[in-house]
Amino acid sequence: MDSTQLQVMATQVRRDILRQVYNVQSGHPGGSLGLADYFTALFFHFMKHNPSAFSMEANNEDVFILSNGHVSPVYYSVLARSGYFPVSELNTFRLINSRLQGHPATHEGLPGIRVATGSLGQGLSVAAGIALSKKLNKDDRTIYVVTGDGELQEGQIWEAVMYAAHNKLDNMLVAVDFNGQQIDGSITDIMGFDEIGSKFASFGWEVMYMDGNNMDEILTTVPQAQSKLGHGKPVVIIMKTEMGQGVDFMMGTHAWHGKAPNAEQFEKAMAQLPVTELGDF
Amino acid sequence: MKKFEITAQKDTRSGFGAGLLEAARLDERVVGLCADLTGSLMMDAFQKEYPHRFFQAGIAEANMMGLASGLAIGGKIPFTGTFANFSTGRVYDQIRQSIAYSHKNVKICASHAGLTLGEDGATHQILEDIGLMKMLPGMTVINPCDYNQTKAATLAIAKYYGPVYLRFGRPKWPVFTPENQVFEIGKALMLSEGADVSIFATGHLVWKAIQAGEILAEKGISAEIINIHTIKPLDGEAVLNSARKTRCVVTAEEHQINGGLGDSIAQILARNLPTPVEMVAVMDSFGESGKPEELLTKYHLDTSDVVAAAERAITRKI
Repeated sequence: MDSTQLQVMATQVRRDILRQVYNVQSGHPGGSLGLADYFTALFFHFMKHNPSAFSMEANNEDVFILSNGHVSPVYYSVLARSGYFPVSELNTFRLINSRLQGHPATHEGLPGIRVATGSLGQGLSVAAGIALSKKLNKDDRTIYVVTGDGELQEGQIWEAVMYAAHNKLDNMLVAVDFNGQQIDGSITDIMGFDEIGSKFASFGWEVMYMDGNNMDEILTTVPQAQSKLGHGKPVVIIMKTEMGQGVDFMMGTHAWHGKAPNAEQFEKAMAQLPVTELGDF
Repeated sequence: MKKFEITAQKDTRSGFGAGLLEAARLDERVVGLCADLTGSLMMDAFQKEYPHRFFQAGIAEANMMGLASGLAIGGKIPFTGTFANFSTGRVYDQIRQSIAYSHKNVKICASHAGLTLGEDGATHQILEDIGLMKMLPGMTVINPCDYNQTKAATLAIAKYYGPVYLRFGRPKWPVFTPENQVFEIGKALMLSEGADVSIFATGHLVWKAIQAGEILAEKGISAEIINIHTIKPLDGEAVLNSARKTRCVVTAEEHQINGGLGDSIAQILARNLPTPVEMVAVMDSFGESGKPEELLTKYHLDTSDVVAAAERAITRKI
């Protein structure tokens, strides 16, 4: 897809996010909206993957691991829209007997998910394990990972950061969703760091920066990051995003981290995201 | 009472080391991870023969559990190795989410379980690990009784698909089960048939149960000794068949009374065949430093404790 097509898809993904969360009056719209552009670029442009024949082992495929599992609405939307399961199944988000659990899980057999995440800090370690298995298998595909920024407060993240650098897992491309917000407020107020990149750099990672809500910038920066893979260092992109991106009253606040819009707010939000030819679920 | 011959004195962790090496030779998908305790876990031989399939995780057990989950996603059969304390309590949520709930084919192999690690003391003597692991849906929990059985169990879990907790220990311990035995996960082993009391034991305490059986025989009591090497899934049929015959039960384990083998046996009896149960276990306390045998005596996990429990159980028959 080109930049224009990707932007249309990202708009549709945002509509999907809001509809999922609104339908069940539950879920995490803020971070999901902020990640819609990067997820769209990964799943519809950058990743080599096989949605119609999902394989857990993913031999000769790129792998995606979402470490901050609470942004499941954006994940489910791109999985469905890229063909892992029917788009209509988005109607079942967080409902009983659904494969679309509140946080992503393998337990119900949803294609596209390789490990449960939600309890924070664990996904990066799992991704590093997949990176090891790809190296053992002489499979040169990439493991793409998204982590939250608040999630970096978990100690296990830094165990994995240290491990990946020490063991030269240069087949991992991690994006930190740097939206600066967590449930109780801004990261800076809770337990913050002024600058994330230097911390990864000091552990031996290749560090890049990107505006994660600018599709053209994503399309130029990610290839640069990809070109740094295979040179002995894991790569991290510190990706500035805006929580609630695309819906003006959800931006610039942590209020929509885990809150669903009411009917009026939902209408107001959807009015800001033009209907696409892809159609709602 | 059947006679058992001690063929050697060996540590169960060495049985794991030998089993891992053999499993690795049989299946190239077998990989090993260790958190800075390679020598203690007896994983050196595996590391030496298959350096590219051995992953040193450093003192970072949470990450090691995640790495194992990822290796399993990639089609490998990962065996993690560290002490039982750091294999369970320290990494419970990592095991719960990344391994058990995600149903990953990870083998969590835990040495230095229980009191018998000895001098290191209570910080390292986990007595809650069986409980923690058996509560996880889909987790298989195995606690073999000697070197030969631990080796056989290691080979068996490599062939089984699903998450497994394999528990073993540090001290040299009597070896009395056959070499090259076939280990059947979930199948209780009848060691000696008896009529008066059923003794269900696991791990190191199986040998204590056998010794207790000999003493009971001298007193004219016929004890049935059953080795429950797999605590989950529990061989309920074997438990009920024996309890139906003897009408009283003793359980014996190197674990807290809460959450261990005794709990599992009591639950199946309460639900199917209410029967008096006496439990030989650590009574809701932490351990301490000391020699293994001293600790087993002080915390009432010795042969005489199994004998006394059997006599109490018999007096309680309905």
